[in-house]
Amino acid sequence: MKTFYWLVKREFWEHRGGFFWAPIITGGVFLLLNIMGIITAEVLGAHHGINFGASGGLHNVMSDMDAGDMSKVGFALDLAMYSATGLLTVVLGFVVFFYCLGALYDDRRDRSILFWKSLPISDTSTVLSKIVSATVLAPIIAVIVGIVVGILQLLILAITLSFHGVNVWHLLLMAHPFRIVFNLIGYIPLYVLWALPSVGWLLLCSAWARNKPFLWAVALPVATGLIISWFGLMGLFNLPTTWFWKNVVQRGLFSTFPGTGSVFGTSGESIAHNVAGNPNMDFMDLTNTYQLLASSNLWIGVVIGSALLAGAIWFRRWRDDS
Amino acid sequence: MSAVITASGLSKRYKSSLALDNVNFQIAPGRIVGLIGPNGAGKTTALKAILGLTDFTGQLNVLGFDPRKQRDKLMGEVCFIADVAVLPRWIRVSEAVDFVANVHPRFDRAKCEAFLARTKLQPNQRVKQMSKGMIVQLHLALVMAIDAKLLILDEPTLGLDILYRKQFYQHLLEDYFDENKTIIVTTHQVEEVEHILTDLMFIRDGKIVLDADMDAVGERFIEVMVNADKADAARQLKPLDERQVFGKSIFLFDGANRATLEQLGETRRPSISDLFVATMKGTYA
Repeated sequence: MKTFYWLVKREFWEHRGGFFWAPIITGGVFLLLNIMGIITAEVLGAHHGINFGASGGLHNVMSDMDAGDMSKVGFALDLAMYSATGLLTVVLGFVVFFYCLGALYDDRRDRSILFWKSLPISDTSTVLSKIVSATVLAPIIAVIVGIVVGILQLLILAITLSFHGVNVWHLLLMAHPFRIVFNLIGYIPLYVLWALPSVGWLLLCSAWARNKPFLWAVALPVATGLIISWFGLMGLFNLPTTWFWKNVVQRGLFSTFPGTGSVFGTSGESIAHNVAGNPNMDFMDLTNTYQLLASSNLWIGVVIGSALLAGAIWFRRWRDDS
Repeated sequence: MSAVITASGLSKRYKSSLALDNVNFQIAPGRIVGLIGPNGAGKTTALKAILGLTDFTGQLNVLGFDPRKQRDKLMGEVCFIADVAVLPRWIRVSEAVDFVANVHPRFDRAKCEAFLARTKLQPNQRVKQMSKGMIVQLHLALVMAIDAKLLILDEPTLGLDILYRKQFYQHLLEDYFDENKTIIVTTHQVEEVEHILTDLMFIRDGKIVLDADMDAVGERFIEVMVNADKADAARQLKPLDERQVFGKSIFLFDGANRATLEQLGETRRPSISDLFVATMKGTYA
């Protein structure tokens, strides 16, 4: 267990840039853009003599709102907080994708694998530590940064509004920051399961390719897809060609992007329904997101992902570059 | 004591060539073995097989383990330095020490820090900021702090200047080696290891062509400096090799009668490099 902790720590040392600085810098840029947007709005507003806060306009609007309107304010605030994390998850998807591609390849290329293999560590633990770094460590850091950025975002909004005489803290009570934190952290285990086939495929290519793992990882499924599309091979299984693109190419390559499971894994209609009806962020609640556990798509992915990872471990053990 | 390494019928085939051809050898504890051969003779393949880094056919027992099946356990007892610059470039000195200290049960942190204190390495320094010599210093400090039974060095001083090379072997002998440890070293700089070896193994085209301890080598191989008038007599005795220096001929004999040779001229023990060149004649032809 101690060895495993240090193996994961080693991954963090090596990939501090992607795991730690990428979300922080993204979050910082996100906040900066928000502040710039607010300043621009303020300047334009002052320039045209529109001052909706002090003149009492917004204040009156607030006091006139009924419960339904209030929930819309809460929705807007929750959305603001989720949006920060939303951006970070896109970054996280890229980080995990490229981390997995390099994880079992870079040390073979620079021959430092000979140093790692001179230590009493099994290849299984090595590969497992890389899976955990990709699917648990990186998302946890991204979520924590996302939460901090989201809270800062709320505070910036609140402070801006307070300049216009709006009761800030009253407003903030309509947001659900704790529920959001709970939902985001709770999503990570689901992400581990959903990302497994992609992580498995990318790590397998990383452990197997003698050079250019990116090319192999992407070109192989895409080329297969093209051949299948060209000859209409899926017709043999009474399936449309898009089935292959959606369930093999897209699922195999892009499942490292958090949220793709919720969008593509279950029928997207329930989400659309939620958004169209009473606007709220309930579809992000764990009771909704964990419905994915009932989909065969997820579990087939887990099985295939595990098989691919077993292959990655085997190649890590026996790949002999000399 | 039982052997540290026992190999019998060890073979390894790459696609087109046979890197190890039915090799048999034993290495006893407390020895420093020089594994010496031309490029592509199979040295590195042999070491990789011992370290469990490659598959092979035949029997190989290293410290009681099968390197194919028990590599991770084996590496608790074996240390390995490959030719320079295999430390990951991103790692810092302090991180490397922390990591090895926490994953290796036989690592002595105080010892390692004492070795590092004798160098110019700074804890925050990254490997990519170091010269080749400094990287080897760091690697050696890590390895010497591990109480391993077997140390394998594959061209450890390649590309280092003479100061680092001398220091490397000096540290190994003074601060590391004892009768419970075994060292296997491959190198092309034969002159530098000549005086520290206890055993010599020559490998050529995947076969062991010489396997003897240094005393036996001194007994078996004799070099004679012969004046031109006796050169023909010397040639009659079927020397392994002949070369000319300052108008005299130097003959190298394998297993010839010492008394007979002494009548021909001045005898001496051949250097390993001369012996190597004579044994490997025609390798690249």
